[in-house]
Amino acid sequence: MKVRKNYNLILGISLAGVMMVFMLAGLFYTPYDPEAMDQALKFAPASFAHPFGCDQFGRDVFSRVLQGSGTTFFVAAGTLILGGGLGALLGLFTGYFGGWPDELLMRFNDLVAAFPGILLALVFISILGPGKYNVILALGIVFIPSFARIVRSQVIVHKDMDYVKSARLMGCGRMRILFVHILPNIKGTLFSALAIGFNNAVLSEAGMSYLGIGVQPPDASMGRMLSEAQAYIFTAPGSVLFPGLVIILMVLGFGLLSDGCNI
Amino acid sequence: MKYLTKKFCTLIITLLAVSLLSFLAFQIIPGDAAVSRLGTGATQEKAAKLRREMGLDRPVMERYGSWLKDFVQGDMGESYTYSLPVAGMIKEKLPVTLAIAGMSFFFMLAVSIPLGLLAGRYGGRLPDRILTVCNQIVMAVPGFFMGILLTCVFGLVLHWFTPGGYVSYQESPSGFFGYLVFPAIAIALPKCAMGVKLLRSSVIGELQQDYVRTAYSRGNSPRQVLYGHVLKNSLLPVITFWALAIADIMASSMILEQVFTAPGIGTLLVQSISNRDYPVVQAVIVLIAGLVVVINFLVDLLYGVIDPRINMKGEG
Repeated sequence: MKVRKNYNLILGISLAGVMMVFMLAGLFYTPYDPEAMDQALKFAPASFAHPFGCDQFGRDVFSRVLQGSGTTFFVAAGTLILGGGLGALLGLFTGYFGGWPDELLMRFNDLVAAFPGILLALVFISILGPGKYNVILALGIVFIPSFARIVRSQVIVHKDMDYVKSARLMGCGRMRILFVHILPNIKGTLFSALAIGFNNAVLSEAGMSYLGIGVQPPDASMGRMLSEAQAYIFTAPGSVLFPGLVIILMVLGFGLLSDGCNI
Repeated sequence: MKYLTKKFCTLIITLLAVSLLSFLAFQIIPGDAAVSRLGTGATQEKAAKLRREMGLDRPVMERYGSWLKDFVQGDMGESYTYSLPVAGMIKEKLPVTLAIAGMSFFFMLAVSIPLGLLAGRYGGRLPDRILTVCNQIVMAVPGFFMGILLTCVFGLVLHWFTPGGYVSYQESPSGFFGYLVFPAIAIALPKCAMGVKLLRSSVIGELQQDYVRTAYSRGNSPRQVLYGHVLKNSLLPVITFWALAIADIMASSMILEQVFTAPGIGTLLVQSISNRDYPVVQAVIVLIAGLVVVINFLVDLLYGVIDPRINMKGEG
């Protein structure tokens, strides 16, 4: 990976970095209490005290967006650890060893692919019930097959390359070949898949929360904020535009990052 | 013919597996369907009686068999919440979702083919760069936020439609399509961006092939080469994406129906999930998954028509 001249990567890292700081900050700090209502500030326009204005209950939109992006980060990171981690492990093993587990995984993949996008996550939510941790569980399970497939296809390409053959000749164990030799060589693809996975998790969480079956109050969520604020788009445009804008910048940053990694 | 038989068998097996998976998923729900249906008035005897009526005391595979038999014959059970046949509820809402998905698909084709060709032809130059930047931004916008923006711009500012004023097909076909075209556009835009991106790279790759040089040397104009030779070859990888996009469009429709308060399958599904109305959820999910499997099967057949080389290999 050449970092210089790779404008997608530079721009992606900068934007994703800024959004990452924003999200991490939201996990620990908000300038105002996101739930504190103040009738005097109802639909207050943007000001220095309230940079994004206030919503229909007089709550500070900036604090709510900050907390909401914290929740989003928590959900997306949890999803990636669960789905990306398990998926990558499955892909590594099935790709390298092949045989019936590989065949089984691929058939299962085909099956899961029949449930488009967020639909399978909705099945899990309808069984588990809504809530932050159930969203992570549902999205994580849904993401496993796609990660497994991406990693598997890369492992299959790499396992017959000369550097793996020579490692085998030198007497490396299977685990060492997989994790020390093959894994570092497919990291570009893996990072790119993780960045895309992050985006999909952010968008799915926002969509599910928008529908009211994702993250539940008191956890703040930008999807939920948007569905509540939608009716007041003219009286308080800030409470609709800013959560939307923050989601767009997040997804844009990680999208560029993914494109930059994938060269 | 052998190819066709093989594909058809795979189709049937996948359909069975999808229905089994969906059926089993709803068997592991914590709590008893009979008790939850009775609500607060549940007693031991009442629950046992209802369990027998609902057939919950039989083994799982036997229940799956009879459920599948009924499902194929069009009997999808009865809604817990409304005590109405599920099939009727779905039949009423399906046209809305299909109209949105259909329009969305055609909009996606109509926008991404010309723009993808344009970006590919001017690869690396100004039109391509502008399109690439637009693509990145459009792809980052969540579908429902795009829906809100469209409602705001076309509904509240330009007054091209009344937000929340859904018109049924029976009342006025033009009003029906005129209203649903906006959710369709909101769904299609991110898919257009993805399609343009794929077609662009495919066209750039094809333009370097030998047959393009041959076509030029025989005196064809750039336009003739692009439309007569390059387009057909560069479409093949993009068709795979479009086929996958059909499934995605159905899923996005679930959300966009909610934004535009259109009474489609998605609205039904979301309501039923909130109400824990499992027969409806199960039927909708099996139906959509089945639809996606059948569409993928048809696309596989279409490949064979577009590129006859695929048929000869025996497997796709």
